[in-house]
This record gives sequence, C-alpha cells and structure tokens, in this order.
Amino acid sequence: MFQFDFDIILKTLPYLLKEGMVFTLTLTALAAFGGLVLGTVLALMRLSTLPGLALFATGYVNLMRSLPLVLVIFWFYFLVPYIGQAILRTERPVEVGAFASALITFTLFEAAYFSEIMRAGIQSVPKGQLSAGYALGLTYRQVMSYVVVPQALRNMLPVILTQTIVLFQDTSLVYVISITDFLGAASKVAQRDGRLIEMYIFAAFVYFLISFLASLLVRRLQARTAIIR
Amino acid sequence: MNYTWNWGIFWELNPEGTGTYLDMLLMGLRWTLATAALAAAIALVFGSIIGVIRTLPHRGLVLAGDAWVEFFRNIPLLVQLFLWYFVLPELLPKAAGTWLKTLPNASFWTGAIGVGLFMSSRVAEQVKAGIRSLPRGQSLAGTALGLTTAQTYRYILLPMAFRIILPPLTSELLNTVKNTSVALTIGLMELTARTRAMQEYSFQVFEAFTAATLIYLALNAALTFLMRRLERAVAVPGYVTGK
Repeated sequence: MFQFDFDIILKTLPYLLKEGMVFTLTLTALAAFGGLVLGTVLALMRLSTLPGLALFATGYVNLMRSLPLVLVIFWFYFLVPYIGQAILRTERPVEVGAFASALITFTLFEAAYFSEIMRAGIQSVPKGQLSAGYALGLTYRQVMSYVVVPQALRNMLPVILTQTIVLFQDTSLVYVISITDFLGAASKVAQRDGRLIEMYIFAAFVYFLISFLASLLVRRLQARTAIIR
Repeated sequence: MNYTWNWGIFWELNPEGTGTYLDMLLMGLRWTLATAALAAAIALVFGSIIGVIRTLPHRGLVLAGDAWVEFFRNIPLLVQLFLWYFVLPELLPKAAGTWLKTLPNASFWTGAIGVGLFMSSRVAEQVKAGIRSLPRGQSLAGTALGLTTAQTYRYILLPMAFRIILPPLTSELLNTVKNTSVALTIGLMELTARTRAMQEYSFQVFEAFTAATLIYLALNAALTFLMRRLERAVAVPGYVTGK
C-alpha cells in the first residue's frame, strides 16, 4: 500500500508558500480589485443611455463570458506584447513579465463577470433613490458615486466575494503558460522529486481549506449584512 | 505591428498528416463536443441526485450531499483533474491502477468524468434551489394525496423544479463546454489544445485563436438557441417562469 510522505511537504513548504501562494494571493487580490473597478465601469456603460457605450460593453461582456478562460489566457499571453508595442510605439513586441501578463488577463476576464454582478446590484437600487439624487441637484457622476454604486456594492458584497473565491481557484489555470503560482510550485516539486501524489493531494487540500473557510465567512457576512426589507 | 497575417493558413496541410489546419481544429471541436456531452450527462445525473438528497428530511443524507458539493466546489477544476489523472491510479490496487493508466483515450474519460463531477456540484445547487423555490404547500399536497416521498418528487416537485431552473442550467451547460478546455492539461486534444498545436506548427497565432474564438461563439449561440427552444417546448401554459 502507498505510504504518504509528509516530509516532502514540510521540506518544500517554505518554497510553496513564499513562491507559489504569495503569487496566487497577490494575483487574486489585484485582479479582483481591478476587475471590480473595470466591471463597475462596464456595468455603468451598459446601463447608460448612450447606445454606442451600451453596445460596446454588452459585446465585451458577452464575448468574454462565451470563451473558456484557458483560451483567453493564451490569447492575452500572445497579444499583450503586441498591444504594448502599439501603445509604447516600440520597434518590437514588448516583453511582458509573467505576472503582468497574468494580471492583465485576469483583470480583463473577471471584469466581464463582475460587471454582470454590479449591473444586478445597480438595478437593485430603487429608482426613487436616483430621482431623489437628481432632485437634490446632484450630477450623474455624483448620483452614481455617492448614492447608487455604494449601495450596489453593499447589496452585492457576498456575490462579489464568492466570485473572488472562484477567481482564486481559477488563477490555478496560469499553469497552462508555465507560471509558478501555488499549483505551479507544487507541480514543479512533484515532477522534480517524483512526488505527484503527495504534492497534488496537498495542493488540493490547501485550495479546499482556503476556499471552504472563505465561503463560510461569506455566508456569515451575508447573514449579518442582509437588509431586512 | 510587424505580424504577418495569413488567413489562407486554414487550407494548408497540417504536419500531423490529418488534412488541413481547419480539419485539425474541427477534429478538436469534435472532442470538445464529446467531452462536454458526457460531462453534462454526468453533471445532470449526479447533480440531480445530490440536489434532491439535500432537500430530504434526513440529516445524514443532507450532510452527505453538502459534503459532496463542498468537495467539488472548493477545489480548482485543474487540481481535480490532476487528482483523477495522476493520483487516483497510484492509490488504487495495482491491477486497477494499471488498467486505468493503460485505458485507451484515458484523458478523454478522465476529462469528461472530472468536468462532470465538478459541474455536478453546481447543478446540485440549482436543483436544490429549484425545489426550495416551490411553495411548501406543493409537497404537503402530495403527502395529503397519499403519495410517498418518492412519488411526490417524481410527479409534483421535480417536474416543476426542472422547468424553473432551465435557464440557469443553460448557463451551467455552457460552462461545462468551456470547462472541457481545462482537460488539455491532461493531454486531451480538444479545441483549445488543437488551436495551440496549430499555433506552434504554423506560427500563425492570431488566426488560430480567432478561429477558435469564432467556433466557441457559434457553439454557445447554438446551445443557447436549442435550450431556449426546449424551454418553450416544456413550458407549462399559464405558468410564467422568469422572463
């Protein structure tokens, strides 16, 4: 029968956490923040009365949501250097680091999902609030940033956090472009030392623990912040 | 941009000797469809069973159902596929492990079952929500009519619940299709993997990815269309669910 070797995990734990988990968590946090900001902008565009803006935002969101994340990761991995070249007007495609490439990809991809959440959140704010804001003489920008979006964020906080947990799990897909995130680090050790079983079970355990505890916290938060209407 | 476009590349022969590059992508599409079909069937069957179990008045069963959902929902799909593909054969008795490893098309079976089980936790959530959304009086009425629990589910609760959750099930079906691309990590040559291969053989990165993007969009549109038709076909007259 198979003997589970805990030593290999203990020995490589500092590497797994410092190299891998730090990358995974930083990527998750930054992409969630960037995706939420961009997603809110997309949601506002989609709900705006300017048809061009609404059409663009709708198209972008639907396109992103129809494609597998793996394909999008490959797309940006090859596309970002050319975009950099176009923006910076350099001779050759810009070399983009692994982290930057992953961050751009996940921010742009998650923005589509966050935009759907924020759209629902914005629509959940009663119309009277908007009218009240305008009646007080606030501009569109003021109504949105002081009245509507804060409430939308609050109403949608549990969903936003749940989506962030999904994002945390999805960051493991940077494996396909050979980036050393947590899974990448575990996989490297697994292949170097021939310890596939230990490393993959351990990786699964860590992902499970973090996602499970985070979702428990979200559920508690949801119960506490729920507004009784 | 110093990138040389060559849209004619799709009609050139691929180095695998399986016809043109377009044939190569379409072959990938076929694997994507086969994997998604099997995965969707597994997700629907297991998701329905687990979803129903979680609404039963039996603590042990509810707990088991919850454990299933939490396990498959809280581990990234990629890691789950690695568990089934690399770890499971080693943990089984030797004969069974060898049989698994030498199975023809092992990455297809592992990919489809892995994606299916992963998606089953999401389907289970929908099924549970669908059953819960029915007025309590419906199951009470079933009991009052003398139906057993199984009969109440079969004839009263599930027919309505499945109709109610058809729209979210459509998005889960689309997610299933998209998720099959993760199986390229265990060597399944589905659409995204073939696109990658085409890019590596021909160096025409953006043509290959554009083609894959269009194929995925078309697939999404076709499935959405079919599911809408199904929704209309099974709709109960006078009972409006959603929009």
